Amino acid sequence: MTAPLDVSGSELEAAPDAVLDGTRAKAIEGRSLGQIAWMRLKRDKVALTGAGVVVFLILVAVFAPLIVGLIGHEPTKFNQDLISSETMAPVDGTGISWTHPFGVEPVNGRDIFSRIIYGARISLLIAFLATLLSVVIGTMLGVMAGYFGGWVDSVISKAMDVFLAFPLLVFAIALAGIVPDTAFGLSGDALRVSLLVFIIGFFNWPYIGRIMRGQTLSLREREFVDAARSLGARGPYIIFREMLPNLVAPILVYATLLIPTNILFEAALSFLGVGVRPPTPTWGGMLSDAVRFYTIPHFMFFPGMAIFITVLAFNLFGDGLRDALDPRAR
Amino acid sequence: MSQSTESLLSVQGLEKHFPITKGLFQRQVGAVKAVDGLTFDVVKGETLGLVGESGCGKTTTGRLITRLIEPTAGKIVFEGKDISHMSQGDLRPLRRDMQMIFQDPYSSLNPRHTVGAIVGAPFRIQGVKTEQGTKKAVQEILELVGLNPEHYNRYPHEFSGGQRQRIGIARTLALKPKLIIADEPVSALDVSIQAQVVNLLEDLQNELDLTYVVIAHDLSVVRHISDRVAVMYLGKIVEIADSAMLYKAPLHPYTNALLSAVPVPDVKRRTQRDRIRLQGDVPSPINPPPACRFHTRCWKAQEVCRTVEPPLAELLPGHQVACHFPENTPQDAGPAEPVAAAGDAGDQGIAPGVINPVS
Repeated sequence: MTAPLDVSGSELEAAPDAVLDGTRAKAIEGRSLGQIAWMRLKRDKVALTGAGVVVFLILVAVFAPLIVGLIGHEPTKFNQDLISSETMAPVDGTGISWTHPFGVEPVNGRDIFSRIIYGARISLLIAFLATLLSVVIGTMLGVMAGYFGGWVDSVISKAMDVFLAFPLLVFAIALAGIVPDTAFGLSGDALRVSLLVFIIGFFNWPYIGRIMRGQTLSLREREFVDAARSLGARGPYIIFREMLPNLVAPILVYATLLIPTNILFEAALSFLGVGVRPPTPTWGGMLSDAVRFYTIPHFMFFPGMAIFITVLAFNLFGDGLRDALDPRAR
Repeated sequence: MSQSTESLLSVQGLEKHFPITKGLFQRQVGAVKAVDGLTFDVVKGETLGLVGESGCGKTTTGRLITRLIEPTAGKIVFEGKDISHMSQGDLRPLRRDMQMIFQDPYSSLNPRHTVGAIVGAPFRIQGVKTEQGTKKAVQEILELVGLNPEHYNRYPHEFSGGQRQRIGIARTLALKPKLIIADEPVSALDVSIQAQVVNLLEDLQNELDLTYVVIAHDLSVVRHISDRVAVMYLGKIVEIADSAMLYKAPLHPYTNALLSAVPVPDVKRRTQRDRIRLQGDVPSPINPPPACRFHTRCWKAQEVCRTVEPPLAELLPGHQVACHFPENTPQDAGPAEPVAAAGDAGDQGIAPGVINPVS
């Protein structure tokens, strides 16, 4: 009996210190604003649902060939056997079955499910890249305008006004018509995607730019910037170490809210026939095709729902992110 | 008061005019004369208080001395070097010796940086290497200002206003500066915390041999901490004197009015004292009154005050005032005469209006 008692005694002696150390280490470790925002976001069920859908859509887009491979229909494969030769409609009205969960298209009988899945690739790819382009240009020029002020600010602000006044849709249609099938060393889908990314991204940067300019203007007046300057900090240090960490939150929020706008814009361009060319599946292109077959509603329903759900998910997530990162702006 | 004759900072005729521009071509239509001809010296080891109403140019003065803004005219000499128009690059090494404490502890700390990053920033910006490493050095400074060194990894929002101001002070002290400009160091804090921070500043001064320029509008704070006090009105110094002398027997009517506005925590004494109420508002610094700037609100103003600007003259030893009709000194005695006895009079703390030169 004595031996075990001795052991427990020494354990008891050792325990309080270890416990104290543990709690002290926990108490001292500070929580950054990012961690606090994450805590807040975790409580926002709507935003989390949006985030879940967004993640799901990204996974679907990334693994599109795998998913479609399991179902077994290429998005461009014709299934004439499912099409009635008289009405050009699917034989049983929709063509929905276990092998074609969303049915088939009229006339050529392509599988709608796999086209939706592949359409997610184009939509998300263009929306993400265009947003990235807008964010990079917008942040760079916006921060420069806000930080340097004076004539730099005047030039950049005027440029933003010009870009915002630009008839983007008309320009996009015109450009899509002019650019040949092979240009800039690219061809086919790669060329169309880069063209759309450029058009959408390059003309949307003033939205981000204006927000960044405003944020930088208000940050520049904060005393911690003066403190850095009075310590002898140079411009790059102030911009990158003092200001940029404070700009990450608004950049994230507005990027998340810009993505759905870009998805819609890409869909609109595809709908008008100036997006990615058929037979590559896009949601907007499918909607455009479906317009001619308004008696076959499921053809319009699925791409429409895909756009709707994606845009809604991004918007809900973006709103939740804004609330989490800046609770005062509610 | 540790007086040595060597002046660490010397300001001569300092001016800052902010231009007012109008129209498409930014034509200058006027200027806000925020600081309009300041001259003073700060001796090593002393504390100079700079007081005045809001908008009198105190903060601008602080920002001019630390060269956060460029002076319009005048000279700033720090440690024998003229820094008034030095380039930011040449100024960088000198910034180690001259630091600033900021007014608002909520805006002077970057909310995205940890305490360790904030207090360690001076080392990083100035490229200073310490033997024990930056982290150890930062923790020592945190301890010096009365913070727990284990708070190194915390963020500013986890601290109270007083603690935040201590973090700001720790940052200022990191490179062991010689001169500290404290711009309203306690005005954003609760009264109960103000005393702690003021005492901390005093302790640090004794410990580290610091020189302070304390900018404040709170006369009792300035009285507590300062060796000498300069009173500003509309961008000019109207009176500068030893703290004790100034509070006991102010010479300038404006100083007198300011002092009479300090609340007295004693009901009996409160009723005995005459409160001087100034009429009207502070005139606009865009178009300040000519000659003596105080004449629009001064009860003693006469014709000469509107036409001749009173120079900042040393009426008593170490007591300069810019007034044609100074208070607390007999009118018939010429400005130079009361000098011999003035020291005694000031020290005895005689009530306003009864100082007589003992000759």
